Amino acid sequence: MRAHRSSAVAAIAVAATLTAVAGCAAKSDGKGAGGKGAIAVTASDSACKVSAKDFPAGHVQFAVDNKGSQVTEVYVYAPGDRIVTERENIGPGTHVEITAEIKPGAYEIACKPGMKGHGIRQKVTASGKGAAVKRNPKLDAAVSAYRTWVQEQADQTLPEAQKFADAVKAGDVEAARKTYALSRVGWERTEPVAESFGDIDPKVDTRADGLSDGQKWTGWHKLEQSLWEKKKISADDKKLADQLITDLKDWQKRVGKAVINPTTMANGAKELLDEVATGKVTGEEERYSHTDLIDFHANVEGAQKAYELLKPVVAKNDPALAKELDKQFAAILKQLDGHRDSNSADGFASYDTVGKDERKTLSDSVNALAEPLSKLAAAVAEAK
Amino acid sequence: MSQDETTTDAPAGRTPSRRALLGWGGAGLALGAVAAGGTAAALRTGGDAQPAGADATAASAVPFHGRHQAGIATAVQDRLHFASFDVTTDDRDELIALLKDWTKAAARMTAGDAVGGGAVGGLAEAPPDDTGEALGLPPSRLTLTFGVGPTLFEKDGKDRFGLKKRRPEALIDLPKFSGDNLDSTRSGGDLCVQACADDPQVAVHAIRNLARIGFGKIAIRWSQLGFGKTSSTTPEAQTPRNMMGFKDGTHNIAGTDAAALDAHVWVGDKDVKGDESWMAGGSYLVARRIRMHIETWDRTSLKEQEDVFGRDKAEGAPVGQKHERDTPHLKSMLPTAHVRLAHPDSNGGVRILRRGYSFTDGTDGLGRLDAGLFFLAYQRDVRHGFVPLQRKLSASDALNEYIQHVGSAVFAIPPGVRGAGDWWGRELFA
Repeated sequence: MRAHRSSAVAAIAVAATLTAVAGCAAKSDGKGAGGKGAIAVTASDSACKVSAKDFPAGHVQFAVDNKGSQVTEVYVYAPGDRIVTERENIGPGTHVEITAEIKPGAYEIACKPGMKGHGIRQKVTASGKGAAVKRNPKLDAAVSAYRTWVQEQADQTLPEAQKFADAVKAGDVEAARKTYALSRVGWERTEPVAESFGDIDPKVDTRADGLSDGQKWTGWHKLEQSLWEKKKISADDKKLADQLITDLKDWQKRVGKAVINPTTMANGAKELLDEVATGKVTGEEERYSHTDLIDFHANVEGAQKAYELLKPVVAKNDPALAKELDKQFAAILKQLDGHRDSNSADGFASYDTVGKDERKTLSDSVNALAEPLSKLAAAVAEAK
Repeated sequence: MSQDETTTDAPAGRTPSRRALLGWGGAGLALGAVAAGGTAAALRTGGDAQPAGADATAASAVPFHGRHQAGIATAVQDRLHFASFDVTTDDRDELIALLKDWTKAAARMTAGDAVGGGAVGGLAEAPPDDTGEALGLPPSRLTLTFGVGPTLFEKDGKDRFGLKKRRPEALIDLPKFSGDNLDSTRSGGDLCVQACADDPQVAVHAIRNLARIGFGKIAIRWSQLGFGKTSSTTPEAQTPRNMMGFKDGTHNIAGTDAAALDAHVWVGDKDVKGDESWMAGGSYLVARRIRMHIETWDRTSLKEQEDVFGRDKAEGAPVGQKHERDTPHLKSMLPTAHVRLAHPDSNGGVRILRRGYSFTDGTDGLGRLDAGLFFLAYQRDVRHGFVPLQRKLSASDALNEYIQHVGSAVFAIPPGVRGAGDWWGRELFA
């Protein structure tokens, strides 16, 4: 199941690369076929040896041998940890061949023994007549740091989600209520990345109104309804708690491989505010638990993280925009601080106690931040 | 006409202007409007009065610059989008920057051009400057009229922008009138923009884009869409009917009657001294959302309906007269008749310029039509215009059984934007 999904993701990554290089590097087609001229990658539990650190750009083949004792995976990263190609599930003693269109430029090859973490990396260069793609190192650094942060959010979410799932499985309504909102924070901070996969979000974060006829309702909000509206935990809910953890582990596994670039980061930040504007400000998101404010806060934090990482570039390209965003982020966070409640499990007041006028003020602040935030992508797109 | 369509005084954008896109299509629309008849020339009054020329058609542009703001004496357009804003920034310089940005965008939109870099042709990764729903539509005689409310000068005892001493005496807080049932979320506001156009999409586009430019500095407090102008500033045209089926506001001030406008609408140089001098050439606006109890009105006998207004329903003629514009004989009407109470002769000659529109916002959840009159009245001094008139009406008008005032706001309307370097409210912030 997992391998199947992963290969689909890899196919998309490769397809994206092919599209990007079409017409400039396709001439050397076939040169590396048949193993001759292939770059040998020898993976072990502690090393990742590459036979050539400088090779011609074009249709490149990598011949991978796993000489280690663990299952490994191999990645070719462009700067910013953008995945050019990858192969998972390379068992001990296994030989696999991976091919990809590689443009001239700098890359990293990573072996990941145990299929975990940052990997053991080698810097390589693809050289060729085609001009290397002009890169902005600041943007590459931003993308790389954001990718790391997104992974951390998923990693930190799993234990919180496990606490929630355990409480549900124990039939403990009170404990489940207390851990519910906290189990969602990492997800809410990085939601656009999770949504980019298409299949995880509908399983874990669908609301009642998002269902079509005949669709089974799974995920956080189904359990939210049981805990607050029905006030009891059914046998089916206990199964759903296990399913939630399975789906979140899938997210944790795949989130680092999402297509992330400066524009998707910038637009992802805007999308987080869209989430707030359409679901949280109205109280639709957490209609049973009324824990909308912590989601709201997490969405803003996620948008702010993407912005802060892109800021070195934005501040140079559009200083007025950076100034405005600094101001509006500060303003909305200050306003949310005004709704903190130390007596609540998640630290924020229940949204059903937030009056109509206060909701209007929150909505105005969302517009005030989201409108300049929608200009962030232009500020980084022009930075190439 | 065609010459006007191809020349534009707005700065060149990256994208073709709405007007440039029109070509013969635009001309055709304009001719269509003329053939349909009745839409009068876009008129401006004062020193820069625009003659009613051949291009003053429904599709044409109303000049944005002038001694007075357009949208007051201008022949009333068919549609309205009125918006009231709260200023959310505390920074005077930011507010001024916004007013400059707004003015620039307003000048472009009233000329039929898109905002900023246009609606298409910019960066694919970024949202366009203009929202695009007016792309390809003619200027549609769009006017944008800007005003400032009492709360801009002082709110909760705070002099927000150093303007407190500049609040004109004529910009009063309206008193409570009997029968008022005001909803605070449909009342008041620090700023207003009245968008009138012959195409509803053009009016909505204008407010939407101004709001977007302003987010972070302003927030929409409330807005109202209107249709079917209920009063006319062009006496040669028929007075339109309101949602009760009656003609009202027949003796409105004509947009061409310079003497009446000076006497009742425009703030004169002598009216304002010292800190109030910024209002010379301006006016004062009262906006009221007047809900009509449509269903009970519809069950009212024709005789009572006619008695309530003091007019007959077919012709709009005052009681005992034959034609709409016959001089009313007030004493023939019931003492509570609307026309009798509102007539200048019953009010010491007080006149106001009405630009109201009908509204219908669907139903109210109880199955009642949420409809009525969005009343807009311009005057030289609110204390001598709307206030005494409404005092009298709220106390005695037979119509009160069928209406309720549910929203209310008052604004000072600064003089017009004089030219390319000028901006809405410049005199106020000088």
